[in-house]
Amino acid sequence: MDLTSINPVLLVASIMVSATPILLAALGEMVVEKSGVLNLGVEGMMITGAVVGFAVAINSGSPLLGFAAAALASAVLSLSFGVLTQYLLSNQVATGLGLTLVGLGLSSLIGKPYEGMKATTLPKLDIPMLSDIPVLGRMLFSHDIMVYFSLALVAGVWAFLKYTRAGLILRAVGESHDSAHALGYKVVRVRMLAIFFGGACAGLGGAYLSLVRVPQWTEGMTAGAGWIALAIVVFASWRAGRVLIGAYLFGGVTVLQLNLQAAGADVPVALLSASPYLITILVLVIISARGAHGAPASLGRAFHASH
Amino acid sequence: MNRRTLLTTAALALSLGAPAFAESHEPVTAGFIYVGPIGDGGWTYEHDKGRLAVEAEYGDKVKTIYQESVPEGADAERAITQMALSGADIIFTTSFGYMDPTIAVAEKFPDVKFEHATGYKRADNVSIYSARFYEGRAIQGHIAGKMTKSNKIGYIASFPIPEVIRGINSAYLHAKKVNPDVEFSIVWAYTWFDPAKEADAARALIENGADVILQHTDSTAPQAAAQEAGNVITFGQASDMGEYAPLPRVSSIIDDWAPYYIQQVGKVMDGTWESTDTWDGIGPGMVGIGEISDAVPADVKEEALAMKDAIAAGEYHPFTGPINKQDGSVWLADGETAADGDLLGMDFYVEGLTGEIPN
Repeated sequence: MDLTSINPVLLVASIMVSATPILLAALGEMVVEKSGVLNLGVEGMMITGAVVGFAVAINSGSPLLGFAAAALASAVLSLSFGVLTQYLLSNQVATGLGLTLVGLGLSSLIGKPYEGMKATTLPKLDIPMLSDIPVLGRMLFSHDIMVYFSLALVAGVWAFLKYTRAGLILRAVGESHDSAHALGYKVVRVRMLAIFFGGACAGLGGAYLSLVRVPQWTEGMTAGAGWIALAIVVFASWRAGRVLIGAYLFGGVTVLQLNLQAAGADVPVALLSASPYLITILVLVIISARGAHGAPASLGRAFHASH
Repeated sequence: MNRRTLLTTAALALSLGAPAFAESHEPVTAGFIYVGPIGDGGWTYEHDKGRLAVEAEYGDKVKTIYQESVPEGADAERAITQMALSGADIIFTTSFGYMDPTIAVAEKFPDVKFEHATGYKRADNVSIYSARFYEGRAIQGHIAGKMTKSNKIGYIASFPIPEVIRGINSAYLHAKKVNPDVEFSIVWAYTWFDPAKEADAARALIENGADVILQHTDSTAPQAAAQEAGNVITFGQASDMGEYAPLPRVSSIIDDWAPYYIQQVGKVMDGTWESTDTWDGIGPGMVGIGEISDAVPADVKEEALAMKDAIAAGEYHPFTGPINKQDGSVWLADGETAADGDLLGMDFYVEGLTGEIPN
């Protein structure tokens, strides 16, 4: 077996590109779940973001505007889930699944005229000084801005949940909405904001698929990425740092196994193909085995002030 | 009105509506089960063009229904059953993985005709049909072998089934014939449709030195990845993918199902349908070769077109001996051509390909 054809610099760069969509989506969903809401519509919001981002980038010529529009569109779509589940108290699981179906249908409708078109992709930032470092510079410091934005967002979410008062309130709402309500916090408002944030993140993840990773619009192009993001939140036991590990591990092993195959590695292909799922689950389960980190106690339960 | 009355009313409306519909069986209903979305730009897109051609041909006399993105496996049986129950007279199941579900559902609905694409199991009410894609692969292999500079050709394969293996062997044999130094890197994606993964696979192959990408997956994502990388050529798969011409896409294999679909639906209408086994290639027009772009040198283009004509006329068979299997044993003697049975069950690489076929 000859693995010398794998270039580690390009490999790491590909891994970061491959991991970013699920990282963004999973991070958003984690915040939503931390507030006690289970939104299974990630796939639908991602694909909406993918199509809206692509369409706006084509029409405006600006990929960044595309990302902004994608975040907004998916966030607005997620508000429909919010209104149904938070004000009308519909079942969260069913509504979330419905959101996925709506997103898939809506996106193929919006996307029809954009099939086969090409958008300008995000330019690679060559960060001055840092990107000139041999090997490491090319590997880590010359990506597009969304890669760095997603990493900054992980740190931001982590700090928000851990150190800010607003983060504490959000967690309180997710752990016991009745107590939070008794203390005078606006449970529904907090959850609506969390849902909005989760939608925006999923939209960014979807737009990253259609504008950078693939880059084109194809109907149904998320092909299950939203479900992977949902699974990563669970296995990451609702912690921002572990969501990052999970997403990079999943993206990393996916790209690595394709590279091993391309280089002709002498490993059974079936095993390689299943490895992203197996390794990600295994590692995250091992990390969370040390210490109890359960789901937010009010996750998926409907709240009404009259109870 | 409470919820229960609403449901009862709906159920009543349904039960009243259904028999009325079943009796007035005037327009023949043709159903299609698709493995991907119709907007995939490749495999499913072409099947749907076939469906639209049926509508255009018969107008009011036919009604078509379809379901997209039906997973292969257990859920397919539910989807096909649903379609049979909803009054379809003929159902086209358009992916290899629907083979067993199609046979299972066909047993339960003896009056409904079924047509399964690319499989090998038949029944009294199940026809099979496929196209000789390997004929097109031979032409691709020829162009690829001539045009590669790195002598490394990347191949994105979907599942290890005979149809895919035939394509790999055919492309390899013809690339090797014109370029003895050529090497194939094969990546098994284990999916028909996942643009992100297909793009990743293309990128992995390109980063490992391939400058030609052949794909046997359904979306245009590898084309987009190749275009981004630059200096890489690709071929449209199942559909022309002409939006990526002249580069990276230099030619394509186009599946043209429309004439077959029109013919089979017509046979259901006039009652002459019977279980058949169809396997057509370039000659009858089921396999088309998309325009060879100007990025291909003129002499290579000419050779490719000559090969196309020879295959169409039946003068040349892409699997003509001497051909050895990967382990060195003789498969076809000098001048011998492959029997269809061998091709349909192909589960081996030809000599020179490296790696193992996963099972």
